[in-house]
Amino acid sequence: MESVFGRYKNLIVLVGVLFAQVLGLAVQVKRTTDTESSRLIRIWAVSAVTPFEKALVWVQTGTGNLWHNYFYLRGVRAENRELKQQIEQLRLAQIRLNEDAQQARRLQALFGFKEQFISKTMPAQVIGSGGSEQSRVIFIDKGESDGVRPDMAVITVQGIVGKVLKVFRASSQVLLIDDQSSGVGAILEKSRLQGIVRGTPAGEVVLEKIMTDEAVQAGEEVRTSGGDRIFPKGLPVGVVSRVSNGADLFLNIHVRPSANLNKLEEVLVVTKVEEKESVLSENGQVRAVDVLAQRLPSVPDKPPNGSEAAAPPNPGSSGVPAAAKPAAQKPNVGAPVQVTNPIASQPAAPARKSGGQAAGLKSATEQPPAPAPITVSGPDATAPKPKPPSPPPDTPPSAPAPDGPQ
Amino acid sequence: MGLSNMPITYTSGEQVEVFRFSIPVTVLVPVTALFLQAWLPRQFPFFAMFDLPLLVTIFFSISRRNPISGLLTGSAIGIFQDALTGLPIGVYGIAKTAVGYLASSLGVKLDVENAGARLLVTLVFYVVHEIVYFMVARGLVALSLQWSWPHELWAALANATVGVILFFALDRFKQRT
Repeated sequence: MESVFGRYKNLIVLVGVLFAQVLGLAVQVKRTTDTESSRLIRIWAVSAVTPFEKALVWVQTGTGNLWHNYFYLRGVRAENRELKQQIEQLRLAQIRLNEDAQQARRLQALFGFKEQFISKTMPAQVIGSGGSEQSRVIFIDKGESDGVRPDMAVITVQGIVGKVLKVFRASSQVLLIDDQSSGVGAILEKSRLQGIVRGTPAGEVVLEKIMTDEAVQAGEEVRTSGGDRIFPKGLPVGVVSRVSNGADLFLNIHVRPSANLNKLEEVLVVTKVEEKESVLSENGQVRAVDVLAQRLPSVPDKPPNGSEAAAPPNPGSSGVPAAAKPAAQKPNVGAPVQVTNPIASQPAAPARKSGGQAAGLKSATEQPPAPAPITVSGPDATAPKPKPPSPPPDTPPSAPAPDGPQ
Repeated sequence: MGLSNMPITYTSGEQVEVFRFSIPVTVLVPVTALFLQAWLPRQFPFFAMFDLPLLVTIFFSISRRNPISGLLTGSAIGIFQDALTGLPIGVYGIAKTAVGYLASSLGVKLDVENAGARLLVTLVFYVVHEIVYFMVARGLVALSLQWSWPHELWAALANATVGVILFFALDRFKQRT
């Protein structure tokens, strides 16, 4: 027996080592989380490598900063002038965008949308990679001690990068979106088609689960849909670079990532995402529903006393959601409605002053006019069908609403 | 020049030289290879096609000419390389264990001290490594890898070229037994 072992010693050790590793692999594949031993090995390996990487990146960054900030300053004045001009242009653009954003928030509040906001990010430096073509991961210099947790989103200003896969004490491993095991909920910006962005073994990024009968154009932007609960909605993912029919029912959509995944230096770890409903400020902002109601068919003056006089002054207090009433009772609610500030163009204001609606709008009318008109469009906004306001079929044309003005 | 001072270039198993390495070299060379493998692709993305830990495995295995030592070296380096990737630990480990064993077994029988032999051996072992890796990754971890002979052969040639240079650089750390 001893001679057999002595004769085949090398082979027996080889089989034993291979068997142990295959067993270890099987255990890891079976479990979704790391086993204690595999986690320990990862910690050892990362602890052995990342200090050198951090030191090298520190030296590299320091040298680069020294050169660019103190020695290589050619053309800085001209660049400064250009940047100042850009700032002025961007300020103008920002004013326009603020208006659009406020309008969007008003409409979101109207429909009770919940939004995800990136409320806290942490800058981190990329210090290394996984070093393998098959596993596209990077290491960043922030870890558990800095508040990084698994599954946090990692982004740049250009677009999303990936998610935190494993967290160590002073560093973290980030799975890039071009890795074949990654998956990001995504939406095409124009066509609003939703799919999943995945990496391929060749390191490309593709958008999956879009049916072949859909029309997707190259150049269309892809953004996060928020469906994966990791990336907040609306972050840039990339641009459609190539579309072809797949072997199955789905399109082959290749996406060029917005962030340059091969040249990452600094990234942002999204450490806190808040989900909240859009809320309008109480300081006199006009609710879109009120503005809509303002433009509805005119209602005759109510008698000064009687049952209507006892009606609740605010439409919302009747127990029916304010947003539901105009939609249910106004025949033209689906058509595009150009709604302007009630002060800027107030055609029927005198007729409404005595009603509840007038009371509801009082605070609005006391406010200064909004700078831009609010445009509320229905589903058929592309084909406007202007038609005179008409009463709902079950309501007499001149009868006031039973629960007060609309 | 006496017989004992002549460079050994023939393939007698009894007369092929066996080398050993100091503990700092045994530890630091693989760690440096792993570090460079993790750091260089960030600076130069094309560098991901090289496999420095594999080259170090082949070098140590061939030089020591001991199959058990070779497979254990390959196993340790491969497992540490796995630890830096997002994949389960063992994929590179199994592939490098096999290469370490084969390289040291070959080292017992052949002398691979000249550049041509080193180029050929590294090229062949790179392909062997990739085949084992491919089989393990597809069969055990269910990764969807694509095998491309042109890519693998180019990568093998590139690795073999780097390997020849690296082996000559590492030769100075050899100690005769």
